[in-house]
Amino acid sequence: MARGGGELIREHMSGKFIIPREELMHPGHSACPGCGEPIAMRLLLKALGPRTVMNVPAGCCAVIPGVWPRYSLKIPLIDHAFECTGATSSGIRAALDAKGMNDITVVGWAGDGGTVDIGLQSLSGAIDRGTDFLYVMYDNEAYMNTGSQCSGSTPWGAWTTTTPGGNEISHRTGKKRILEMLVENGISYAATVNIAFPEDLIKRAQIAQSIRGPKFLHILSPCPSGWKMDPSKTVEVAKLATQTGMFPLYEYRDSQYQFTEEIKDRKPVEEYLRLQRRFRHLSPTQISEIQNLVDNRLRELDARMEASRK
Amino acid sequence: MIDALTANQAAAIAAKLARIEVAAVYPITPQTTISEMMAEMVSRGELDARFMLMESEHSAMSALIGASYVGARTFTATSSHGLALMHEVLMWASGVRRPIVMPVAARTIGGPWNIWGEHMDVITERDVGWMQFYCENNQEVLDTVLMAYKVSEDPSVMLPAMVVIDGFILTHTVDAVSVPEQHLVDEYLPSFNPDPVLNIDDPRRFGGLIMPDWWTEFRYRIALDMEGAKKRIQEADAEFGKIFGRNYGGLVENYRTDDADVVLVIAGSAAGTAKEVVDHLRDEGLRVGVARMRVFRPFPSEEIAELNSKDVIGVFDRSYTFGDGGAMFNEVRSAMHGSDNIIKNYVGGLGGRDVTAAHIEWIFRNMLDILDNGLDRKIEWVGLRDGSGRW
Ligand SMILES: Cc1ncc(C[n+]2csc(CCOP(=O)(O)OP(=O)(O)O)c2C)c(N)n1
Ligand SMILES: [Mg+2]
Repeated sequence: MARGGGELIREHMSGKFIIPREELMHPGHSACPGCGEPIAMRLLLKALGPRTVMNVPAGCCAVIPGVWPRYSLKIPLIDHAFECTGATSSGIRAALDAKGMNDITVVGWAGDGGTVDIGLQSLSGAIDRGTDFLYVMYDNEAYMNTGSQCSGSTPWGAWTTTTPGGNEISHRTGKKRILEMLVENGISYAATVNIAFPEDLIKRAQIAQSIRGPKFLHILSPCPSGWKMDPSKTVEVAKLATQTGMFPLYEYRDSQYQFTEEIKDRKPVEEYLRLQRRFRHLSPTQISEIQNLVDNRLRELDARMEASRK
Repeated sequence: MIDALTANQAAAIAAKLARIEVAAVYPITPQTTISEMMAEMVSRGELDARFMLMESEHSAMSALIGASYVGARTFTATSSHGLALMHEVLMWASGVRRPIVMPVAARTIGGPWNIWGEHMDVITERDVGWMQFYCENNQEVLDTVLMAYKVSEDPSVMLPAMVVIDGFILTHTVDAVSVPEQHLVDEYLPSFNPDPVLNIDDPRRFGGLIMPDWWTEFRYRIALDMEGAKKRIQEADAEFGKIFGRNYGGLVENYRTDDADVVLVIAGSAAGTAKEVVDHLRDEGLRVGVARMRVFRPFPSEEIAELNSKDVIGVFDRSYTFGDGGAMFNEVRSAMHGSDNIIKNYVGGLGGRDVTAAHIEWIFRNMLDILDNGLDRKIEWVGLRDGSGRW
């Protein structure tokens, strides 16, 4: 049973917080070496506990839990079509409620393409219906399961197989701001989290679990094969994403935005970019363009937080 | 109790009598009044179901698949473009064995736009692993929704079912319908208790990745169970007759076919017209009959093969699939393969055009003419404005 939000937050603030020991993800999954997704899954399930059911669309998330009849998770899991994660969660929730099983946490777990592009309509509908569930988007910043095609969550300048030059006309605006879109849609709680900050990930997941209504977690999840990086550097790269401001950690709760991981001594984006060959083609000018984008984005986020506190 | 009901009202009442637990709806003509009536029943407290407003038919079907795993009896209704949009998840529903029941107000699919009745939407979905029941009248709609749950949820079947209602002709036309008493429905249709079911204490994965080493076996199981559903449908129909005093002849309803020389195979509301015409031609001493295709999936191969002894078979398609004749025609012809009778395809009643008694009478006289003079042509579009339509 989820604990109350207030109690949880006090516990987290007291500094005693530890990562739960119970393992709900077991060996035998079929992720690539260095994949961020199983790290994210393992942490999330530790946070939520065993009274959790999950539904997943197409994507690496449909492959990683194992190939029938093998299965590496210790929670019930439903696989479904690509664009209907939100709707499927709504249906599971409705039936659990009809059967009086209100204490079970329903999680929709989907990739970035399955969320910000093809699954956006369904997610928006689930928020509109007020479905009591947690939607988790693990973000590897492209359609990875089909071989690294550009998605609406691919950062500006990144190489993918459909943006071979890095900066294609068709993807000029960079990453869609999914969290802010969902806030405007009426979501109850939303946060960005990062596998390189596991305590924070667990805190945000548990806070989300304690709140009724539709909740959203956006997890950065490096993909060594798609990002063309050393698979032993997954956590290092993920950490740099936040330390450089490429992937700031913040939440939306009680109508307010706030940073959840203050970035002190922000590092230049180049430190993050140079570890990944998907950014290898970038010229110094383009790298400083990305630095500008990040600076602007953080200023804009600051302003948004300021405004939400008024 | 006898009520004056449209087929859509009958479908909504049937859902209530079936004690559905989760419904997910999205509007489309001519289905919408089913959802509207259910919304009213829920808001008046007469229907104790979770009633979800969806953002698309694709989402409606996806939500029901999720709900069905938890063990809820689920319901939606759609039509036309809505059914087409569901295509992908229709295959999911049957592939992962969810016994969802869905009335479909059968209608054209654009473009150009046309909101009226024909069977193109449902015929297009004949290959997705759903059972398909075609109803002749409003009473049959109510009764078939109940029967469909009974068959779908049978542990040996576990496949979803469409209950096909001719758009406008039935969906929006009032007819006398006997509404069964709840306690009799409860006796006929026990609650839904699937096994396995989504359960925290027995964490399983449903619908996960299957490799080539097992996929064929999974598909084979569906094929076997679809085949087995034929018997379940006959049993469900017979048991329905025992409890409620009316039934429908299983998969194919033969009407005055025993001594007939020529038989018209036809589905949906037009079968009612065809039966009237048969009565009238019989008065003239003409040996004609109707085989009403009540169930198109599973396909009633045995029942159709029993018509092998008839000299001339006509098959009426209320849709056209641009093959070697219409879809029903082709399947009937293939079930009769090897017999030496003559089979002809009649196509008509498209986009809301009436199938009149005059059309049907023309068809029967044409078949009798073939009996004497041999096949004139394989495919005949009936009731075209300029009288052409033959090749
Ligand atoms: C309707 C539909 N279109 C396309 C696909 C093909 N497809 C399967 S997985 C996938 C990529 C998923 O990308 P994302 O959601 O980002 O998850 P990832 O694979 O990166 O983990 C695509 C395009 C599909 N399964 N269904
Ligand atoms: Mg992805």
